[in-house]
Amino acid sequence: MRIFDPHIHMTSRTTDDYERMAAAGVRALVEPAFWLGQPRTSVDSFVDYFDSLIGWEPFRAGQFGIRHHATVALNPKEANDPRCRPVLDLLPRYLDKDGVVAVGEIGYDAMTPAEDAALAGQLALAVAYDLPALVHTPHRDKARGVRRTLDVVAESDIAPERVLVDHLNEVTVGLVRDTGCWLGFSIYPETKMSPPRMVELLKRYGTERMLVNSAADWGRSDPLLTRATGEAMQLAGFSADDVDRVLWRNPVEFYGQSGRLDLTALEASDPTFAGNSILRGGE
Amino acid sequence: MTPDRLRAALRGVPDPQWLDAALRRVATEPTAIERFFVTAARRCGRGPLPDPPGWTADEAARALLLATLPNGHAAAAETLYRQGDAAEKRAVLRALPLLPIGAECVPLLHDAIRTNDTRLVAAALGPYARHLEQPAWRQAVLKCVFTGVPLAVVDDLPERADGELARMLAAYAAERHAAGRTMPDDAADLLRRLTIPTPEA
Ligand SMILES: [Zn+2]
Repeated sequence: MRIFDPHIHMTSRTTDDYERMAAAGVRALVEPAFWLGQPRTSVDSFVDYFDSLIGWEPFRAGQFGIRHHATVALNPKEANDPRCRPVLDLLPRYLDKDGVVAVGEIGYDAMTPAEDAALAGQLALAVAYDLPALVHTPHRDKARGVRRTLDVVAESDIAPERVLVDHLNEVTVGLVRDTGCWLGFSIYPETKMSPPRMVELLKRYGTERMLVNSAADWGRSDPLLTRATGEAMQLAGFSADDVDRVLWRNPVEFYGQSGRLDLTALEASDPTFAGNSILRGGE
Repeated sequence: MTPDRLRAALRGVPDPQWLDAALRRVATEPTAIERFFVTAARRCGRGPLPDPPGWTADEAARALLLATLPNGHAAAAETLYRQGDAAEKRAVLRALPLLPIGAECVPLLHDAIRTNDTRLVAAALGPYARHLEQPAWRQAVLKCVFTGVPLAVVDDLPERADGELARMLAAYAAERHAAGRTMPDDAADLLRRLTIPTPEA
């Protein structure tokens, strides 16, 4: 089983996690810029954070044969902090970098006017830099947050197929299914989504434009829940090709729209990548 | 290494016209280098060049862009390094010996050697490291041994290695042996060569 985790905050994880992820089949990942659990007090904190997303983390991942990419943005929570907002002026420098494959995480936290402005402005940046956008949906008042997110996306110039709406669940999936946007599901040990519930959603809505991530960060989370979801899919009767589509080809297709995914080294070093699509999922 | 040799090596990249245009523009409009430098890998590729050995296409293209600047090389190298991702930083380090600068960019070597990114540590020990003070250079060589960077990347190693480096390597070897571990072959060879008693003149 080859796995591309499309949303994981490796900055908050240990090197042992990289080792376990590689052993579980994770070969590529995207680390979205988000908040750190504690408020940043200046733009310089973002500079160091972004620099690590395009420097140190890819190196750390590379030691285990994992390709690391990043998304860069001002996150919704800190969009409300006047000390952090000037980072918007710094984003263009990072949005040009090779390892940056989307603008994100953008979206809503408490649905304030400042968040409205940051979301619309950063969707425009995604268009300007020809990048897809990763949109976080709020934990509180989620359904309203998803509706408002979709309205802002529709009013912007970004094409829906270049938008990934993340952290969806049974209640919000239907709002996004027919918009043309990609659908992200974060599999968590407690909250958000579990592997068995995810399997039910895949049965009901199919595998098209569906992405599964661990969203592992500094909270209770588990970077191996992508693998657990693939195994739950197989037990429920999904084929190896279905699993490969959800855990590999869908994220490759979504982030591939950046033109900056570089998986050539992986493909060259791993003969199982060259086989036909049925064999790809098997081990 | 010379800019001409890099330019010849880059004739086969996927988009040679892009590189030619970028180099012409940078020669007359130095501030244009920032955008070209960032995008060079996407235009020129990242694979190793057949010649010169040890250079990748993106490193060579970026080094050539820096070398083509009409002036202000040290300041540009500093800015591009500070703003760069790991590959851009590495390209700046590899370009330093090609630039008409003195020791102004030694702080970049210090920065690279402080990191734990072995690609940066290795790139800092090329020919430009002749400007590095001997204590910092010895520490960097020892860091290579610690982090598994082959000593072949260290420019001028046989001539520059001295008795103090031999002492540091011997102490490290003793620590390794006490822990039941061996030294990497290249470090053991170097230590052996440094500790052969030289015949009295
Ligand atoms: Zn996240």
